[in-house]
Amino acid sequence: MTVHFKQETFRDDYTYSNSPEAIRRFPFPFDKDEYMYSVNIEQHMPGPAKSPFEFPIDIDEHYVSEMRDRAITLAQDPKRCQSLPHMITAEWDLVELLMESMAKHYPELFTLTQDGDRWRWINRPLDIDQTFTFGDASTLPYPPMEYITRQCQGDFALLDQRLDNLWMDAGMITSQADWSLDFDIGMNFLEWHAPVPLAKDMAIFERALKFLLNLQQGRPVRRLNWTMTINPRLDTSPENYDKWGADRATVTPENVGRKVHLRVELQAMWRLPRSNAIVFSIRGYLINMDELVTVPKWARRFHRVLRELRPELAEYKGLTRYRQTTIDWLAKHDDGAPTSPGFQPD
Amino acid sequence: MNTDVMDSRPTYGGLRLDPRAKSHLVVVDGDGAPAVLDAFAGAEDELNRTTILCAHEDVAAGGLERLCALRAARLQLSGSSEDLLTEFERVLDGADMSVRIYVAGRESFIGKVVASAALRGVVPDSVVAERRGGVSRRVQCVHCKHIDEGVTASPYRCSGCGQHLLVRDHFSRRLAAFQGVRIDAEIPGEVPPAMELAS
Ligand code: HEM
Repeated sequence: MTVHFKQETFRDDYTYSNSPEAIRRFPFPFDKDEYMYSVNIEQHMPGPAKSPFEFPIDIDEHYVSEMRDRAITLAQDPKRCQSLPHMITAEWDLVELLMESMAKHYPELFTLTQDGDRWRWINRPLDIDQTFTFGDASTLPYPPMEYITRQCQGDFALLDQRLDNLWMDAGMITSQADWSLDFDIGMNFLEWHAPVPLAKDMAIFERALKFLLNLQQGRPVRRLNWTMTINPRLDTSPENYDKWGADRATVTPENVGRKVHLRVELQAMWRLPRSNAIVFSIRGYLINMDELVTVPKWARRFHRVLRELRPELAEYKGLTRYRQTTIDWLAKHDDGAPTSPGFQPD
Repeated sequence: MNTDVMDSRPTYGGLRLDPRAKSHLVVVDGDGAPAVLDAFAGAEDELNRTTILCAHEDVAAGGLERLCALRAARLQLSGSSEDLLTEFERVLDGADMSVRIYVAGRESFIGKVVASAALRGVVPDSVVAERRGGVSRRVQCVHCKHIDEGVTASPYRCSGCGQHLLVRDHFSRRLAAFQGVRIDAEIPGEVPPAMELAS
């Protein structure tokens, strides 16, 4: 499989866009015409060829540009990547998981050679050839988690398991939906989820936590989450909300198609072998409304989902200011015809 | 359960003596003294195994004499609330694992004691705490990371970057602080009047 990597930006002039193939494989998150929180966890099984679920770690046409954007964000704010000292074993677990998966499923792009603890990692798109000793952080130019996540799409959190809870004790978070690793590091599952409305009363977090505490090695799980972003911006952090917040007030009927994006997170969770920690990957996908409505079923369905969305969720996701303008725009692409069940385009 | 309270914001059950503890380490701030008196008065045996730490200037009027009258095994005074925290850390470093920690006073002070104990391996929920005194919060600006002590209204002006910040209920035990987020980011200049924090 060959991937053509686009040169594009996620800030300033915002040249990001999706190819027709990328639109086709977009992980549209709604399997019906309405949305509410649920414990939507399933096995992270290989999905259809070319879909974002085909492989455990999905590398796509935006890879090189996303990694460049991450480097810019980290240069401006190194605290987007943090790890408490006891997480070092989990960091190495993550190096192994990502390198093995990337090399196995994208052999033209990545090669991993293991000779005991002596490893050689070749990353062709980023022009990296690194020999190092697994377990010896001094043989890598960055700490292990930072090293590998500067080369892998998606944000990552490492969760330590103790006292019947999960603790967010490390992470690389540069493209988050408005939450701060620097603030949340050290929190447990219920604490970092505290700002989420309604879910607590539905016992969603209690049930999800119980499930994850029993997560087995070799049996990863996944779920989809979504929000919306104005402009194809990856760094929608609270740290910089004073800079990007104003974008939410710039949406007009004329620019909805270009500016308003559906942002989907493919979240996967693996139990790690040495540390017994869990890695939580948050792989984000952005699609603007012009692109979305090229799939008629998605246009109809997203219009209905957005129209019926509970106000608490709209407020929490930060959609309130441009929600109605977007619904009105999408209405022109919804003829009222029934939609088929499931996520797939018709 | 009160669903208005975020799960990240600890709730403090009130000072209750733990008779199973081998020793007791009590830290008192501001209006916290009466809570200690309520919990410890008359508990002679326990007081023989109790250390009380407080700061001269911070314990509200009359509190100090009454703490003295308790006749705990040790009563130690610090000059300021900062020194008190350092003293607490020193005593804790020398204590064995079976010590029970109690703290009474302002929420922002409790937060700091719990955070510093956590760094020393103490499980936050094992600290017995009671909130006394007025409503004021320690808030970290999420943008410039400056921490303001004693914030009593929202929005307030960050003394680090000067932006007007909404005080969220989201609380970090590690930082012992609430989170402040620019309130007029979407429409610059649109700052609602400040309201006293109710809790
Ligand atoms: C263990 C790994 C997980 C991590 C590290 C994680 C982290 C987060 C964070 C940081 C937020 C944002 C909270 C804020 O506003 O500050 C969030 C939101 C949320 N999480 Fe999780 N989460 C995890 C697993 C789960 C699971 C298994 C569920 C299953 C139901 C879940 C459900 C949600 C929901 C519903 C939201 C609100 C999202 C929205 O409306 O946009 N999370 N999560």
